[in-house]
Amino acid sequence: MKRQIPFALVFIFGFFTIFQYFVPHESSEWVYEFLLDWILIIGIFALALGIWSLWRVSIDKINNRRPNWGYSYVTLAGLFLMIIFGFTAKNGDSWGYYFPFVIAVLLVIIMLIQTIKAKGQSKILYIGLALLFLIISILIGYFDKSWSIHFSTSEGLKNTMFQDFFDYILIPILSTMFSLLAFFIASAAYRAFRARNVLATILLVAALIVMLRFNFYLPGAEYFARTSTWLMNVPNLAANRAIVIGIGLGVVATALKVILGIERGYMGKG
Amino acid sequence: MGFWGQFGVWLAALLTIGIISFLYKDNFLYKACEAIFVGISAGYWFIVYYWDNLYKKFYLQVTNHDLTSWERIIPWVGFILGVMMLSRLFEKIGWLSRWPLAFIVGATAGLYMMIYFVSNAMAQVASTIIPVFIGDWATIIANFFIVAGTFCGLVYFFFSKEHKGAFGLASRVGIWFLMITFGASFGYTVMSRMSLMIGRLDFLFGTWLGMIK
Repeated sequence: MKRQIPFALVFIFGFFTIFQYFVPHESSEWVYEFLLDWILIIGIFALALGIWSLWRVSIDKINNRRPNWGYSYVTLAGLFLMIIFGFTAKNGDSWGYYFPFVIAVLLVIIMLIQTIKAKGQSKILYIGLALLFLIISILIGYFDKSWSIHFSTSEGLKNTMFQDFFDYILIPILSTMFSLLAFFIASAAYRAFRARNVLATILLVAALIVMLRFNFYLPGAEYFARTSTWLMNVPNLAANRAIVIGIGLGVVATALKVILGIERGYMGKG
Repeated sequence: MGFWGQFGVWLAALLTIGIISFLYKDNFLYKACEAIFVGISAGYWFIVYYWDNLYKKFYLQVTNHDLTSWERIIPWVGFILGVMMLSRLFEKIGWLSRWPLAFIVGATAGLYMMIYFVSNAMAQVASTIIPVFIGDWATIIANFFIVAGTFCGLVYFFFSKEHKGAFGLASRVGIWFLMITFGASFGYTVMSRMSLMIGRLDFLFGTWLGMIK
């Protein structure tokens, strides 16, 4: 039963999503829409599992003083800050005691982390401190009317702090990380682009033409631009089609193996 | 720009420098930026998923009295499957998490099978089977290259027959086409990363330091 029912579910839902493609009836589409919604709803629980895993890994690093354990505090602080910002919103012009509330909640989490490792009297001390900060945060939350907590109205996403953290922290880090690849890709290019044989030379020439087409000050820039456009629209298109057709057939074969229960690796052991 | 706006710009500049400092060597500033990124992005996506999926696709559905009772009950199945996913945290009932997993695997396998079959396999084959000798010389050559390149590329990926003779020749031509694609993709990737780097430098020297007017 532990394995048979999941296999049956895979077959039923896999077969249904294939079948509904051939039945463009509104009732079939109605069920299909709900199935897609279920996938999204389950997704948030899967993400919660991932966050739980992040919490456990970070706690383990802190408690066992593994290398770079101090950064785990930073990770957890970032995580909980975003969660607090995502479920709270300002009601008027002032934030009131919002930031003391945020600090109190973070202190509760820090004290809880300390509680896991501590023993004897220090454990009682940390529990007491955690309770104290919890009471403070509850009192602030109850009496301060300049902001409020939201779980069932989408005010949370309107919190400017949430958006500011995204704009001034997440986006700069993300884009700088990707831009760093420009340097690493340059050293990789040196190794890959040495024209040792015909294939490497073709790779080198194609890459150079595509890169140089953006340089408008180069002599013959027009020629590079036209050659690059032709390369992208003809040979590149042809080879990409071969790859895409291969991927398409591969996905069909793998999906059939999964639906028919031939491929069962996703089920794990036990 | 107000105080908090300026503070945000300074913070973003510090984080940008922190990440760039990795080019010198792995250091505490880079590690701190990395830790901040992991925590904040996990929290960000959790919140976005919560409001976009759990709130919109579940809460608003089950509390909307304009919908039929069926339409209000059905999202509960997804919710229950989601809760079953959490059973993975408990060893004794961990096997229950296979049910939602099986649902997702089955539904997405069927879904992607049809999508990929139609868009990747069928549509691409249909676009490749075209009249070659039509139009001017440039069009004829382009069409010929597209048909021959796709065919030879597919031959290269066919591993059930030894690549010898005419088949081997087609396979060799196929890899030439593939090399052009890889080169072009590489060039594009380099340029996109360069463009991102220029963007970051523009931010540092323009928005932050005000040296670029």
